[in-house]
Amino acid sequence: MRFVDEFRDADKAHALAAKIAALCEPGRQYKLMEVCGGHTHTIYKHGLEDYLPESITLVHGPGCPVCVIPMGRVDDAMHLAAQPDVIMTSFGDMMRVPGSQGSFFDAKAQGTDIRMVYSPLDSLKIARQNPDKRVVFMAIGFETTAPSTAMTMLRAAAEGLANFSVFCNHVTIIPAIKAILDSPDLRLDGFIGPGHVSTVIGCRPYEFIASQYGKPVVVAGFEPLDILQSIYMLMVQLSQGRSEVENQYSRVVPWNGNLVALKAIGETMELRPYFEWRGLGFISHSALKVREKYAAMDAELLFEVPGVRVADPKACQCGEVLKGVLKPWECKVFGTACTPETPIGTCMVSPEGACAAYYNYGRMNRQRVAEASRS
Amino acid sequence: MTSSREDLAGAEGLAGTQEPASTEQDEPGWIGEALREHAEHERHEVDAGHRRQLPLADREQQVLDRIDRARRRRPRVREERITMSHGAGGKATQTLIEAIFLDAFRNPLLEPLEDAAQLLIGGSRVALTTDSYVVKPLFFPGGNIGDLAVNGTVNDLSVSGATPLYLSAGFILEEGFGVADLARITETMRDAAAAAGVHVVTGDTKVVEKGKADGCYINTAGVGLIERDVSLGVAHAQPGDAIIVSGPIGDHGVTIMLARGELDLEADIVSDTAPLNGLVAHLLDAVPGVRALRDATRGGVATILNEIAKAADVGVLVTEDDIPVRPEVRGASELLGIDPMYVACEGRLVAVVPGPEADRALAALRAHPLGGQAAVIGHVRAEQPGIVQLKTAFGGTRIVDLLVGDPLPRIC
Amino acid sequence: MCLGIPGEVIELHPEQPDLAKVDVSGVRRLINIGLLNDDPPVPGEWVLIHVGFALSKIDEREAAAAMEFLEGIGQAYEDEIAALRDSLIE
Repeated sequence: MRFVDEFRDADKAHALAAKIAALCEPGRQYKLMEVCGGHTHTIYKHGLEDYLPESITLVHGPGCPVCVIPMGRVDDAMHLAAQPDVIMTSFGDMMRVPGSQGSFFDAKAQGTDIRMVYSPLDSLKIARQNPDKRVVFMAIGFETTAPSTAMTMLRAAAEGLANFSVFCNHVTIIPAIKAILDSPDLRLDGFIGPGHVSTVIGCRPYEFIASQYGKPVVVAGFEPLDILQSIYMLMVQLSQGRSEVENQYSRVVPWNGNLVALKAIGETMELRPYFEWRGLGFISHSALKVREKYAAMDAELLFEVPGVRVADPKACQCGEVLKGVLKPWECKVFGTACTPETPIGTCMVSPEGACAAYYNYGRMNRQRVAEASRS
Repeated sequence: MTSSREDLAGAEGLAGTQEPASTEQDEPGWIGEALREHAEHERHEVDAGHRRQLPLADREQQVLDRIDRARRRRPRVREERITMSHGAGGKATQTLIEAIFLDAFRNPLLEPLEDAAQLLIGGSRVALTTDSYVVKPLFFPGGNIGDLAVNGTVNDLSVSGATPLYLSAGFILEEGFGVADLARITETMRDAAAAAGVHVVTGDTKVVEKGKADGCYINTAGVGLIERDVSLGVAHAQPGDAIIVSGPIGDHGVTIMLARGELDLEADIVSDTAPLNGLVAHLLDAVPGVRALRDATRGGVATILNEIAKAADVGVLVTEDDIPVRPEVRGASELLGIDPMYVACEGRLVAVVPGPEADRALAALRAHPLGGQAAVIGHVRAEQPGIVQLKTAFGGTRIVDLLVGDPLPRIC
Repeated sequence: MCLGIPGEVIELHPEQPDLAKVDVSGVRRLINIGLLNDDPPVPGEWVLIHVGFALSKIDEREAAAAMEFLEGIGQAYEDEIAALRDSLIE
């Protein structure tokens, strides 16, 4: 596959790994955070940690939009799905996220009409094909996905579609990063910056991280070589005492972002004053809701959503994992009570969650890993 | 309305997320269990003064060991209701089979849980198998439900080392189903049976009301004679054995997904449904020492690798680059966010052969029209028993676990 | 969720300017290119696809530059390894 395979070359990986190791100051420990769930996934899927020296630790950030949805919102979504004549449509990632009364998957088993879609446009299609039903699209994702929801809403408006609405749970990345930076629990040296979010918001929004907090940021692609190169670029900055924003993913990310996308978001959505994030608590201006102009497509207004705040199960430590304070295996219920098959929290159920990635891919003793790579 | 959330207004920033008057989650039994175990473990460490002293790697290893013990515990179905996961061929299916079916019917002939049961009847070794077909859509590029119904059962018999002989065919038809469609299906089955050299000798027909059978469901059972002096079973796998796949994987599952027409995807992929008895005979003639054969259906190659690892208590290491996948299947899988290793095939087998015989096995497979792209994808080893690992194209390694959930429902 | 795949634009939809057919490894899919209104893609160009929409064009020059850097690293590495090998022989 073009633009994919070239960035998966093992020899170049070894070369980069050698250069990264050479830049490590003896005796110094480095903590780099990859914000984006997609990056966490790639890191574990391709065994990238095997390429890094012991002195570099990768800390997993809260960039998994499914993972940060609090249980109460999942319950709200389940409530919507259960309404008469409603067809709930959702991306696959949401299907097994547990609320306090089970997940979409469980509800589906009991007869609720919940359908998996790959695009909000599929949801629109279902609305057109079922004029007597009310179709709700569960909109999740960071700024990467918000433009697609926005464009779909604009399309629905243009077509005068009366039975389509959106349950908006889009969140924004910058407030989350700021929350991490302000958190006393973490001492990070640099950030592997979100890749696809940046195609929309551009690279400028990260400048405060470098200028105010003095941490270098490298916006990274999703192939293994992209991430290794980004780590290399971070290490170069650190060794030179610089803190700047750099764009490793320049083949896809324009420095100024995508104006059309930002306009579409601005036209259809606005920032909520605050929103609750699993593990991070309430963060102001960190999520989007449907604008009044498009109220006819706002599922929260069309239906009575309970809006009850639900605490995570006592056993769940997703919050600390999302903040990077705990490694997945340090969670009390990791792998025993909480597995991909029987998830307690979102970090285990989302394919981009750190726990799922670690359980599915990374769950091995490092020594044995080295053994296996040599064989 | 979101009134209760408005009431919590003023809670800006990270500080003090006060405990809300919320619906307290009742800790289901197994969560409590795990917590108690963890607490005990921690107490033990503190008592022994170990906590602070253990290096990171050792603590991680302890957790991994605990997980390993948890995985070896007796399977239990936790759900109250059947979900689509139970039909996916992955973890949930396995748990269901072990906890409900094996538990109820337990006997030595059932326990191996191979693709067919191997019976001794009046001095002859007989293989018996059954399969039900609920594929949607019924007609797809490369075949229809009729092909699957014959080939699937023929294949289950073949990989047991048996010569497939006779099939039964039970039909559950939905009221309103087209008779012409039914005729198409049965004609296909006739042709498929002829190609495989088997006969449909008995059957059954039931009709259910509209809405209860999605057109047509078929069950086939098959018997064959095991005339060779072979004893095939995944439990026989040994360190040093080579694992071979007979051709590119994932063709069938992806074809079905695209044929559903729900996605705007087009590709020139067709189902790989085929009878494998000829291919198997060819292989066993050349390499009588084959340890195990499986046909890769629901759950894909990854499921079989896990079955090998578990049944023989061995480790499995496969190399990503060596696994044959058509570019279109890879492209479609990337677009759909699925892993070809978990995608169903309907005309591919996985063979476990003694290491030194790998080349001969490969040659035999490649000499047959259905095995042209056969390849060695990995080996069995002693390290990490029960675990399947994949060496990525990139050189790193990762675990290939049993499938969770059901990304591709009603594939076969 | 961050799932973004590169695909080549094959043809623009004759009636709907917002839609285009892309090819990913031989699989063809209709996607919405409305987010690239400012600079719509033409057949032959590559785009990043995410949940049925093209989010961005893939800049071939930047991709080539990225590869050049990686090739350079690779070559330098090979040179070093070769040098290491030679020095051991001595």
